[in-house]
Formats: sequence, structure tokens, C-alpha cells
Amino acid sequence: MVGLNTEGQLDTVQMMVNMGPQHPSTHGVFRMVLWVDGERIVDLEPHIGYLHRGSEKLCEGELYAQIVTLFDRLDYISNLNNEMVFCRAVEKLMGLDVPERAEYIRVILCELNRVASHLLFSGTFGIDAGAMTPIMYAFRDREKIQTMFEAVTGARMMHNYIRIGGVKSDVPDDFPQRMGALLRELKQGIDETDRLLSFSEIFLARTKGIGVIDAETAIAYGMSGPSLRACGVPMDVRKDEPYSVYDRFDFGIPIGEKGDSWDRYYVRVEEMRQSIRIIEQALEQMPDGITITPSRLVLRPPQGEVYVRGENPRGELGVYLVSNGADKPYRVKVRPPSFCNLMAIKELLKGTYIADAVVILGSLDIVLGEVDR
Amino acid sequence: MTLESVAERHRREEVPQAFSALDDKGRSLELLLPGILTEFKPEIVATVNLVAATVNAQDIVAVCRVAKEDPHLSFDYLMCLCVVDYVEHLQIVYHLYSTTFKHMMVLKANVSLDEPSLPSVMPLWVGADWYEREGHDLFGVVFEGHPNMDPLLLYEGFEGYPGRRDYEMPEYKEW
Repeated sequence: MVGLNTEGQLDTVQMMVNMGPQHPSTHGVFRMVLWVDGERIVDLEPHIGYLHRGSEKLCEGELYAQIVTLFDRLDYISNLNNEMVFCRAVEKLMGLDVPERAEYIRVILCELNRVASHLLFSGTFGIDAGAMTPIMYAFRDREKIQTMFEAVTGARMMHNYIRIGGVKSDVPDDFPQRMGALLRELKQGIDETDRLLSFSEIFLARTKGIGVIDAETAIAYGMSGPSLRACGVPMDVRKDEPYSVYDRFDFGIPIGEKGDSWDRYYVRVEEMRQSIRIIEQALEQMPDGITITPSRLVLRPPQGEVYVRGENPRGELGVYLVSNGADKPYRVKVRPPSFCNLMAIKELLKGTYIADAVVILGSLDIVLGEVDR
Repeated sequence: MTLESVAERHRREEVPQAFSALDDKGRSLELLLPGILTEFKPEIVATVNLVAATVNAQDIVAVCRVAKEDPHLSFDYLMCLCVVDYVEHLQIVYHLYSTTFKHMMVLKANVSLDEPSLPSVMPLWVGADWYEREGHDLFGVVFEGHPNMDPLLLYEGFEGYPGRRDYEMPEYKEW
């Protein structure tokens, strides 16, 4: 274990440092064992599974309509996006149509959820890098979104609002006015957080050029979402394989240049602005009509299998659904975006300083609920 | 009508099959694949939205290498790797994606329940690492050549494979 230096410098000893599972920077229960040589990380071993609830196995014992609630609890920061992917998988398998108004409500709420998720990220990432103030601004704005969700879905989190074939109920009558006011406040709030944090000298020093990953390695690890787009790969399911009504909106895909921590942060900031653009267009185009296709209470999709992808705030969520014609699915496999993004931590952390470990882990924006399932 | 007879009737009635509706990329893959994978004798079917090829479990690395390196396929991104328990056998399902052509396909390999083992695809996609460990954890599939088969999601010393259909939940007592 003793590393002797031949160049006449101080002899150093490799040390094993345990980080987590209860560590505030891991955003959940995640453990890393780091081998450090002085301040440098030589090797590491990530350990996950502290939050494993067997969600996939639980799905095999529930009716299709009940599973939506389990998907709420995978990525608990972006519940609506999760619900939507599962509902789309069942709809695809059954060939069920979704009313146009329901599609627009879904897109508006999912994009709003994306903004809420990225706001939480930009706040906590500030803390990871040592800036305590931005989270106050970010949480103030996120709270407004949560209030909006409460008005529409009846719950601040764990909404169970998107149902197979549509959405639970129509939005409140004053929805467009309230959304208009909310979007104005959000735009201002995002700009404020951006001005406060993004180009701060200290923040730049902590994040620029830290935790660099190139596009090829990121693709080999299966990274997706903003973490992959920061490497300059414009991969986004909303553009590549437009689902729902995403093909009707004009929006851009922000990409980074270097693939460092700052790029991963700033891609998300820009994404919030693009999400707001989508919401504005969707509010304008939203048609009247019913919000759910009437279907049987106990669904029995035909025998077959389907794989459906959706763009979540953290990356690409995939659902592989196998049905044998019964009222419960035969197998549900979730492809969680954080799972793959976290896998690359070994590549990202090797050779960096121990002080940067927290920043790099924070820049991946993981949610352990979906890593462990 | 008693409950049993309802269940009986469901069993008797033929289960409807899902309707396959491939998009353009899927249809062109369906035409391309038999030619490229001839030597592996794949069984190619179209699922609801993707083309699926079932191959021999021992050939899986060779098939994946062809899928990754063929200029018409170039599947450089392992989207998802999962294990499905079909009671008579276990099926390992690979969802592959190409960042160049933006198309997707499914590869399947069947292994027996008693000796579930097949080669690891780690040399092709490092991202298979945790998926394979999870498959070993929950289903007991041995991925030959994987550098580290330690439990990932379950704790060390956990007995049984909870992902399998025949896994019996232990009875917990209130304490």
C-alpha cells in the first residue's frame, strides 16, 4: 500500500476514505469508497442499492393503473415525466389514443416538472461548490411550481395525475392566467439565479475543466440527458423520436463543448429557458375537448412487448413492458437515466482532487430513487 | 358463475396478440438484419415498435460485435440490458441504439434456468457493467468474463434470486 516516490519528494501512503452512505453531498443514500494518495483520488468503488425497494418486482403484482403510483416514486424529483413514460408504454401496447388536450396538458406539466427539477439542481449544485445563496432563489421558484402542481393535480409530489389514456381531470379554469403569471416569475427567477451563480469567479474556478468526459466514453457508458449533451452530443428523444406533441413546438437543444462540470450545469440552465419556450407555445395551441379516453377499469393489454423512451430531466427513461394478456404485466424493466450516468463516476473521478469529488458527483444530478429502484 | 369458471374461461380464450407497427427505420432494419446476421441464424420477429432478433447465447458477443461494427448498423449505445424469467428459461434482452442512424433493435438470448450463463458484453460497452451485476443479483445469471460480480442492489449474503417468478417472499413478523 505504500507508494514510494522516486523523485525525491515526500513519501505518501495510499489511504482508504469512506464517503457515505449518509453524506449530504450524495443527495440520497450512496456510498463511495475512495483510495486517495494525498489529495488525489487513485481508485474508487461506488456502492448502490441502499434504497432498493424492488419496484420492478412490485409492478408484477399490481394492476396497470396502480403501477403509475410506483413510477412516481422512482425519480421523486420529476414524478410527472416518469408517469408519462409508463402510460405511453401501455398506450402503445394497446394502441390506445390520447385526446389532444390531454397531450398538451401532459407536455406543459412535464416541461414544468423539468424546470422544477433543474432549479433544484442549480440550487444544490451551488451548495456543492460552496455557494449557499442560490438555493434560496431556486427553491423560492420551485415552490411556486409545486403550488401550481398542487392546484392542478391535488398533490405537491407523487401526483398520480397522468393516467393510461389521458390525464386524471381537466386543469382549473384559471390555468392559462396562472401559468402566464408563473412563467413571468420563473423567467425572472432563472435569470436571477443565473446571474448570481453561473459566471461567479469562484464558481468558475471550482467547475471549469473539472470532471471532463469525452463524448465517446460517455456514449460507451450509456450516459444520456444533459450529462451527455454537455459533451457536445445533441441526443434528445424529444427531437430524435418525437413523442406526444413535441414535434409541433419550436425549441432548441442546448449542448456543451468540453463536457466538464460547468457545461453540465449550464446546459441545464439553458434547458430551463427552452422548456419555458415549449410551455408558452403549448399554452397558445392548447385545444378544448375531453382529457381522457374512456377505457376499462381493469386493463388487459394484448400479448406482446414494447420499449418506450422518454426524455426526463436527468436523461432518457426507458420502460420495457412485457405483457401476456393478463391484467398485470409479466415483466417491467425500467432503464433509469441516473443509473447509467452514475456508472461513469469511476471514469470521472479517477485522478481528480478529493475536494472536487463532491462537485463532480453533484454535476451528474443523480436521484438515488431511480438508481436503486 | 363462480370465480374459478371465470378464470377458466380466460385461460381457454385465445389471448389477443399485440399489433406490430414498425416505423420506417424499423422496417429497413427488418430487411437488413437477416443478411448481416446470416451466420448466426437469428430468429427475427417484429415486436410492437422494434425488430427483435433471437440468437444463440454463446454467440452473443460475436453478434454484438457485428451489430456494433457493421457500417449499416453501428449500434454504439447499449440502451438497456435486462433479464426476463419465462419459467422454462431465462431470456436476456439487449436494447441497442445507434447514435449515428438513431435506430434501435432488440437482441435476445435464451439460457436455461439451471445453468444460466453467457458471455459478458463488457468488452464492447462498458455501460453493461451494472446491468450485468443486477442481472446476476436478481436472476442469478452468470456473465462470463465480467470483472466484478459482487452484489449490486442486494446486500451481501442475500439468499435466492428475488427477480425470478418462483421466488417466495419470506414471511416477515411484526416486531
